[in-house]
Amino acid sequence: MSLISKTKNAAAQSPRAFRPAVLAMAAALSATLPGLANAAKLLNVSYDPTRELYEDYNKVFAAHWKSAGGEDVSVSQSHGGSGKQARSVIDGLDADVVTLALAYDIDAIAEKSQLLPKNWQTLLPNNSTPYTSTIVFLVRKGNPKGIKDWDDLVKPGVAVITPNPKTSGGARWNYLAAWGYALEKSGKDSAKAREFVAKLYKNVPVLDAGARGATTTFVQRGIGDVAIAWENEALLAVKKMGKDKVELVTPSVSILAEPPVAVVERVAAKHGTSKAAKAYLEYLYSDEGQDVVARNFYRPQDAKTAAKYAAQFPKLKLFTIQDEFGGWAKAQKTHFADGGVFDQIFKESK
Amino acid sequence: MNQSTVPAAPIRGGAAPAEAAAGKRRRYPSVIPGFGLTLGYTVMYLSLVVLIPLSATFLKASHLHWSELVAIFTDRQVLLAFRLSFLASAEGALINGVFGLLAAWVLVRYEFPGRGLLDSMVDLPFALPTAVAGISLCAVYSSTGWIGSRLETIGIHVAYTPLGITLALTFIGLPFVVRTVQPVLEDLDKEVEEAATSLGANRWQIFSKVILPALRPSLFTGISLAFARSLGEYGSVIFISGNMPMKTEIVPLIIVSKLEQYDYAGATAIACAMLILSFALLLAINLLQRWSSHRAKTR
Repeated sequence: MSLISKTKNAAAQSPRAFRPAVLAMAAALSATLPGLANAAKLLNVSYDPTRELYEDYNKVFAAHWKSAGGEDVSVSQSHGGSGKQARSVIDGLDADVVTLALAYDIDAIAEKSQLLPKNWQTLLPNNSTPYTSTIVFLVRKGNPKGIKDWDDLVKPGVAVITPNPKTSGGARWNYLAAWGYALEKSGKDSAKAREFVAKLYKNVPVLDAGARGATTTFVQRGIGDVAIAWENEALLAVKKMGKDKVELVTPSVSILAEPPVAVVERVAAKHGTSKAAKAYLEYLYSDEGQDVVARNFYRPQDAKTAAKYAAQFPKLKLFTIQDEFGGWAKAQKTHFADGGVFDQIFKESK
Repeated sequence: MNQSTVPAAPIRGGAAPAEAAAGKRRRYPSVIPGFGLTLGYTVMYLSLVVLIPLSATFLKASHLHWSELVAIFTDRQVLLAFRLSFLASAEGALINGVFGLLAAWVLVRYEFPGRGLLDSMVDLPFALPTAVAGISLCAVYSSTGWIGSRLETIGIHVAYTPLGITLALTFIGLPFVVRTVQPVLEDLDKEVEEAATSLGANRWQIFSKVILPALRPSLFTGISLAFARSLGEYGSVIFISGNMPMKTEIVPLIIVSKLEQYDYAGATAIACAMLILSFALLLAINLLQRWSSHRAKTR
């Protein structure tokens, strides 16, 4: 007030007096909300179908982190196609953690940007995979075509919906699941597996660019008799659409889909969030974290939680990409790179 | 006339300062002050928004060896995608040329209730997110949609065929033709048509000999803008095209699938080819248009 009283021109007083008042108010406000100013901010760059999972988990983690250390944490999410998300991080999107669909995409970040160590996958339990999923079928109500297993997908007159593996990470899991099934059935004969997969893709009328697009094509457009989908997506679709429209069919054999997570160490160090970022991913493995995972239709790693949700996840024989294909890098190169097996199948069919 | 040179503007912008520097005698290009300042800002703006990003694209593609480039551009899948992209874009642009002209005509020449509403509807394809356009078109024209199911009974499949791609591109390009033709049509003197009538011309003669020549430059511009816009369209097309390799794959999808493999060089190489081809094509259209209007004047 003394500052204002010194001004000579009385008429000018009120607008000038306003400015220090606002500043004082702002200062007082920020003093009363220290938590907001100091809250750790994390950015979790993820892929499409984890939106609901992380919305749920972020609240649970924030409460845990506050009670454990008294610090507030706010987590923002970014979702999109897994490959596109990885490219954004390479091109400078400031992700503290990445939770993507394939190890291949996090490998690409490690290799092209050196933002995290090449051995990132050994830094957290279970190959840095806190939850898994598998590949199942969605069929129309009452299963009119009697789809039970992979063999039913190559029958003439069955239209199969799966996205394009060249543009969709999820579609690559679908493709590899089919290939792995054929390998197991034929006693590891890769020529037979190739024939099976080629036959399957002959039954595909539309290759959507992304996994959600494929689910839409199947459920909303009514195209196709069976859609190959992630189990968590299929369970979500059944929950959202209702059991009167689509049903879930679990095949006898499928692939263990392992969507991995990693701290983007150099970015987190720059933000000073290394500790929070690490805790954010580690807490996914806790009892509470695993419960959130299972609630959102991902298969938990923890045996106790798995037992609790056993009804939701039917038992089936699962193989890993490491066992059947020797890891992502190799599978990518053999099957999905330009001129790879997927391209060859389509070039031969013409 | 002015509008017809829009696609070629980047070349002129690039050549102008060079010419000015090379000029032997120093003179002000215009009596209006502010030339240096405005040109400076224009060049800076064009560089930041257009030239530098495009040069970066070419730079990235230049990492490839010749043999790799040959491998990319002799691949049948890539060539088929190029053919599909250019054909579908051309079809879409030509359809818009006919129906866009008609729409502009209706909007300018007739008074009717709801004209304002119809007029603003033309801009919808500009405003709508293209993915939304793709999803809605697909919903209506797929075999379960209410137009698609009827077309299917007479054997026409739209969604998930090249026809669907043309449809999406027609949707995307519509405003370009209407919005370039409309102002020219509005400025057209009614007296000229009246004079033609009094000289004994019939309606068709008036349209083909009087109105169309006046509209031709803007029509050309509209069609080439629609064409150029369609070539790069991704969002709406991927929902309706079905994305089958060798059959309904457009060039932007090939670019995206290369990016998914972190093949930045391959993706940008295709992007550069797309740029060069469309630039050459637009330039050719532009020259053709200038030549034809020149010939019409001298005749």
